[in-house]
Amino acid sequence: MTTESLIRVEHLGKKFGEMKALSDINTEIKKGEVVVVIGPSGSGKSTFLRCLNLLEVPTEGKIFFENVDITDKKADINRHRQKMGMVFQHFNLFPHMTILKNMIIAPMKLQKKSEKEATDIAMELLKRVGLEDRANAYPSQLSGGQKQRIAIVRALCMQPDVMLFDEPTSALDPEMVGEVLEVMKGLAKENMTMVVVTHEMGFAKEVATRVMFMADGKQVEEGTPKEIFESPKSQRLKTFLAKVLF
Amino acid sequence: MGNILEMLQNGFARNFITEDRYLFIVNGFFTTIQITFFAVLLGICVGFLIAMIRATHDMTGKLKIPNYICKLYLTLIRGTPTVVQLLMLNFIVFASMNNKIMVAILAFGINSGAYVAEIVRSGIMSIDKGQMEAGRSLGFHYIQSMFYIVLPQAFKNVLPALGNEMIVLLKETAISGYIAIQDLTKGGDIIRSRTYDAYFPLLTVAAIYLMIVMIMTYFVNRLERRLRNSDH
Repeated sequence: MTTESLIRVEHLGKKFGEMKALSDINTEIKKGEVVVVIGPSGSGKSTFLRCLNLLEVPTEGKIFFENVDITDKKADINRHRQKMGMVFQHFNLFPHMTILKNMIIAPMKLQKKSEKEATDIAMELLKRVGLEDRANAYPSQLSGGQKQRIAIVRALCMQPDVMLFDEPTSALDPEMVGEVLEVMKGLAKENMTMVVVTHEMGFAKEVATRVMFMADGKQVEEGTPKEIFESPKSQRLKTFLAKVLF
Repeated sequence: MGNILEMLQNGFARNFITEDRYLFIVNGFFTTIQITFFAVLLGICVGFLIAMIRATHDMTGKLKIPNYICKLYLTLIRGTPTVVQLLMLNFIVFASMNNKIMVAILAFGINSGAYVAEIVRSGIMSIDKGQMEAGRSLGFHYIQSMFYIVLPQAFKNVLPALGNEMIVLLKETAISGYIAIQDLTKGGDIIRSRTYDAYFPLLTVAAIYLMIVMIMTYFVNRLERRLRNSDH
């Protein structure tokens, strides 16, 4: 594993009006790392993740992506977002396009790939998640698990340097969680850099290279899965783990 | 029986054949179509532009001043009668313009734009904000996300309302006579004033409007069906 820094977060803070959602978050995400962010609801995990690609604009601090300060007003955020894939809790596939069109529209319009080139990449990815026969279906014809797998490969079509997952399995039927986690595990094995906000503790234990625990908008503890799950230091983390692990 | 048939024949001849009076109807028809067509185009352009400004303001809080101007426009247009707007445009704004049809197109287009704007805005606001976010997260900028992702879905949702607005606009052009345009309605009315026969010209005019509306409805429905193919 290389040690090149991909994302560096410095004193990140976010306020919604008077409400402080995040305060003083500092972290560094290196190439190939799988950082899993856990914490109770309302702890700011999703806000933190959404700040990384500026879907939420931070009110304080800086975020460096590939050594460029993307919080700088002059930074071309659209360009950087092409390198940061994102997967949402509610999939957010485009319902008026076929699966294939969902996947090739961004590479074609933004990376100026030819339709054939983009389609080749898309079909390759579809094969990997076992959905190549659904290329011409519409999102409404798929199950939740299938939709989320498509959402993952749609982001991958842009050949991003990092993938951000915002509770990717929270909206799924329990029996569909596995198929999505499998795809994510596969990505981790291929050394894709990932930041994952999730409630799946099993996934955190098994796949994470680092776990970050957040509560009340603060970063409470950070460490390897072993450190976090087996020897939690703070009381807040202990209470949280007592509730989610049986 | 023969009497009635003869009466109809005489009526038809007097209202349409004598002095080539059918030309009032034919020319009026084309004038009405011309005004409606260009006014619909103008209305849709103006409407989409305003809807995008207003929706962008509603969603992001940006564009405060353009939004204020748009709201003023909506209030003025929706708050005054179309006839008054048409007269004002004709006798005040473009008093020196000889092309009355152009004045009518502008008046009806600007008027329709206000209604189209609110229809389209409601369509944009009905699209889940996750769609815009998904577009942005792929690297599309705001306008691209709007055009590729949000607007096609919004358009599909508001198509019935837009079709309705087009029908309203077509019928609204019947007031073009106020600025001395010989549209379909005025054409029929001129015949009536010459023959003192109300039935033939007015029923004919009404039937023609009805036909145009039915044809428009048919095409809107077909478009709706075609766009619906992604819903299963």
